[in-house]
Amino acid sequence: MKPENYSERKVDVDGWQVNLTTYKLGEKWHTKADNVSPGAALARIVADTREDAEAGALARAKELLSRTKRNAV
Amino acid sequence: MSASYAHPEVLVNTEWVASHAADAGVRVVEVDVDTKAYDESHVPGAIAWAWNTQLCDTVVRDILPKAAFEALMTQSGVGNDTTVILYGDNNNWFAAWALWQMKIYGHKDVRIMDGGRKKWLAEGRDLDTAATKPTLRATPYKAAQPDYSLRAFLPQVQQAQKSASAVLIDVRSPQEFTGEILAPPGLPETCQRGGHIPGARSVPWGRACNDDGSFKSADELEKLYGAEGVVGSKPVIAYCRIGERSSHTWFVLKYLLGVDNVINYDGSWTEWGNLVGAPVEKGVAKSVGQA
Repeated sequence: MKPENYSERKVDVDGWQVNLTTYKLGEKWHTKADNVSPGAALARIVADTREDAEAGALARAKELLSRTKRNAV
Repeated sequence: MSASYAHPEVLVNTEWVASHAADAGVRVVEVDVDTKAYDESHVPGAIAWAWNTQLCDTVVRDILPKAAFEALMTQSGVGNDTTVILYGDNNNWFAAWALWQMKIYGHKDVRIMDGGRKKWLAEGRDLDTAATKPTLRATPYKAAQPDYSLRAFLPQVQQAQKSASAVLIDVRSPQEFTGEILAPPGLPETCQRGGHIPGARSVPWGRACNDDGSFKSADELEKLYGAEGVVGSKPVIAYCRIGERSSHTWFVLKYLLGVDNVINYDGSWTEWGNLVGAPVEKGVAKSVGQA
C-alpha cells in the first residue's frame, strides 16, 4: 500500500500555528495535526474524506491548545 | 568547497532503506512521538519501540536500565552485530533519543534514516499496516556498561552554568525559552517555572532540518551552531524539556558536525524548572559573548 495525495499546510488556530499533514491510505484519509514548534502531535484522525479528517484534527487541536496559558515575560 | 558530515556513516536515505530493509543483519525500527503512528502504517518490515514505555525506566525517572535494554534488543531480534536503522515522525525526534541510548549502551552500528517517516510518506513509498508486523526471533544481546560521558547530570550542568565552562544549548521553542509558555502548545505543563538556564543559547532543534525532514547540510549546520558559540573544543550541553529534542541536537552536533565534547542533559527543563532555588533567566537570549 502506498500513501497518496500527501500534503502539508500550516493554519492558525487561536493564535497558535498548527501543521496539518494529510494523505490517503487505501480508502481512508489520514490527518495529523501538530503544534509546529516543537512539532508534537496533537491529533491523528482517520476519515472517509480529506475534509472530515482535517476538520476532526483541527477540532481536537483547538481543544488542546485552548488549555495552554501564555505568561507575560 | 562544501563541507561534508563528520560521520556520514550514521545516516541512510530512504532509497537505501527501501532496498535494504529486508537484508539479513538489518533491523528497521520506528520510534515516534505519536506512538499510534506505527499501527497506522510503517516501513515494510519495521518494528516499533514506544519511547514512553520501552525506552525509559517506567518507575524511576531514568533511561532504560541495562538489563531492560538487553531484553528489548533480544525481543526485537537485534544482536550486537545488527545494523539498526532508526526512523520516526517529527523529523526523527525520538529516533535520535533511541540512538542516544543505543550509543550509551555501546551498540556499534546504529543509523538514522534521513528525513524519517515524513519523507517516506511524502515520497509515496510502500507501507505496511498493523496487520503485517514481522515475526521476530529472540537474539542474544550483551550491552556494554553505560557510557555516561554522553549524558549530563544536574551537578555537571550546575557547575557548567556557574563557571560558563560549556556552551548550553536550549533546543526548545522560542516561547518555551523566554518563559511565555511552560510546555509545548497543547501539551500538559510539567514545570513550575518558565524560562531557561541563565546563559543558555536558543537554537530550536528543528532548525537543523530542511522542510522535507532531512538534515541540513554541514555548511548550514556549522553556520547555525557556530553563530551561537559552538566552536572549537569548548564543551556543549544540549537540553530541552525531557531530553528527547536535545538528543536530536546532540546527534547533529556529535555525528554530523563532529563536535566531540557534546552531551545531552536529559533531566532538562522538567528537572531545572522544578528545582528549588535554581537560577532562571527569562526573555530572549543575550548576544554571544554578552554576560
